[in-house]
Amino acid sequence: MSDLELQAELGLGARRQGATRRPRRIAVAEGLAGAVALFLVLSAVMPQLVAPGDPLAIDPLQAFQPPSLPHWFGTDESGRDLYTRVVHGTGNSLLIGVLATTIGLGLGVLLGTLAGMLGGFVDFTVNRVLEVLFAFPGLLLALLVILIYGPGVATATIAVGLSTAPGYARIIRAQLVQVRSSAFVEAATVQGLTPRRILARHILPNTLAPLLVLATLGVGQAIVWATALSYLGLGAQPPAAEWGAMLSAGRTYITSAWWMSFFPGLFIVLTAVTATTLGRAIERRMRHA
Amino acid sequence: MAEPVRRTPALRRLAARLGGAVFVLWAVATLTFFAVRLIPGDPAEAILGGPGSQASAEALASVRAEYGLDQPILVQYLAQLGRLAGGDLGRSYALKLDVGPLVLSQLGGTLVLAGLALALAWLIALALATWSTRGGRIAARVGSGLEIVAASLPHFWLATALIVLFSIWLGVLPPISTPGPAGLVLPVLTLALPLAGFLGQIIREPLLTALESPFVLSALARGESARGVRWNHAIRHAAIPAISLSGWAFGSLISGAVVVETVFARPGLGRTLLNAVTVRDVPVVIGVVMVVAVAYILMTLLTDAATRIADPRTRAR
Repeated sequence: MSDLELQAELGLGARRQGATRRPRRIAVAEGLAGAVALFLVLSAVMPQLVAPGDPLAIDPLQAFQPPSLPHWFGTDESGRDLYTRVVHGTGNSLLIGVLATTIGLGLGVLLGTLAGMLGGFVDFTVNRVLEVLFAFPGLLLALLVILIYGPGVATATIAVGLSTAPGYARIIRAQLVQVRSSAFVEAATVQGLTPRRILARHILPNTLAPLLVLATLGVGQAIVWATALSYLGLGAQPPAAEWGAMLSAGRTYITSAWWMSFFPGLFIVLTAVTATTLGRAIERRMRHA
Repeated sequence: MAEPVRRTPALRRLAARLGGAVFVLWAVATLTFFAVRLIPGDPAEAILGGPGSQASAEALASVRAEYGLDQPILVQYLAQLGRLAGGDLGRSYALKLDVGPLVLSQLGGTLVLAGLALALAWLIALALATWSTRGGRIAARVGSGLEIVAASLPHFWLATALIVLFSIWLGVLPPISTPGPAGLVLPVLTLALPLAGFLGQIIREPLLTALESPFVLSALARGESARGVRWNHAIRHAAIPAISLSGWAFGSLISGAVVVETVFARPGLGRTLLNAVTVRDVPVVIGVVMVVAVAYILMTLLTDAATRIADPRTRAR
């Protein structure tokens, strides 16, 4: 998918105007995003610290409680505490997002580097392959993978990873081609540096640094997609404490218990906004560095 | 001398584009044909209702003959290509209907939904961008914050939130998509808002850059109104990157349609696709994939034309 091209486009736009930005204003948004990210990572690594309860403990007498002091996010149909479940679901959801991004980025780097470095016939072939893959836009490629291997967390993760790979590959190839033909590489060649040295000291650092930005932005998007698949019943299944699966379970009770759908979704939005803000912040830092 | 030089590349360009389109379609058809061979289990059994159906050997044999599954794989592949070239998408395993008419009957609903959402998204994005580029620093911050949040809203959650707000609490709009305009409001909003956020993010920077550029000053000096400059000159510049990313927007609309049509129980291509994936109705999935691929290719051709209209510089190339 080319959501990343979109982000690349945004990067170009920002580059043109970047110098006029006020650093202090950025710090506020960055600080907030950093704090949220810290909270999310803590919830993922040590959920007991953030929410001491048991995410699977049922208490039928407390079913469908609206948000209150003892149950911040309310309770579900079996009286399970939703705050505890959302916090304990963070690990699953983040892990799926990170794994999917790793798969997509790994494949993207492989294809993009092959095309960008070898050029010629390889470049032509990779470009044709990417063109074909782009004809399966959005979730379509993921749905095709799920059709073949059946629904489940593992399949959904791989499916999301695969469907993001073409977008990454295109950006990385473009970046490589741009760096290879840039003035500083030309200067290094004129100075008589060996190709190996130019590759290691100039081309690779300038191509790989943007990967950090892509990865940060990509994790947010991958989480949204993976939770969408879970929501549609093709990824993690209820009663697993995973955000998409929780939303899917809440769908049945939407008329009476809005909180069952609202809070898991809020965490997805929060994660996506945080990833975007942090990705942009890193990009801005690297540009000024 | 300039005349023939300019014409030949245009024709050659068109030929290359069409050739490329045919290649992509062939590759999509081939890829899906061989990909579905990877599905574990016997397709004949799947047609008869899965492994639990205890189909007899004769029933299996007759289904294999009917669907051509007893032929060598190369023959099946060529037969499928021939059928697809003639517009025949085969027969649904689960619904026992021809896929072509089925997909066509679902296409209209999705086109209306996606078309309205796209139009609304552009409207919101342009309104927000022009408002916030005019309103000073605070407005710009609010605008860009709104865009990031809107772009991060997952369709399934936004749909749920809108249903809770407008159908359950306010009771003004139906929670499922009824025929008629009222039933379209929430699905279209759900698809449009995240897209508007993305579009807004793309057009904001070029709009600002364009508004500060010399040609805007010279247009003002010629006596054009501020509004005229904004709409005739600056918007063009802002629209170019957005148009070039419409492939992405298309993917977002299709993925969004799968979710939105499911949540609002609205008939359409996305819901048909999801149902087919869930019950492993292979011909229907392939049918929808082929239709989407054709739509995607048409859209990239249109995008090319649209870029040429918005950006006169590309016409000479």
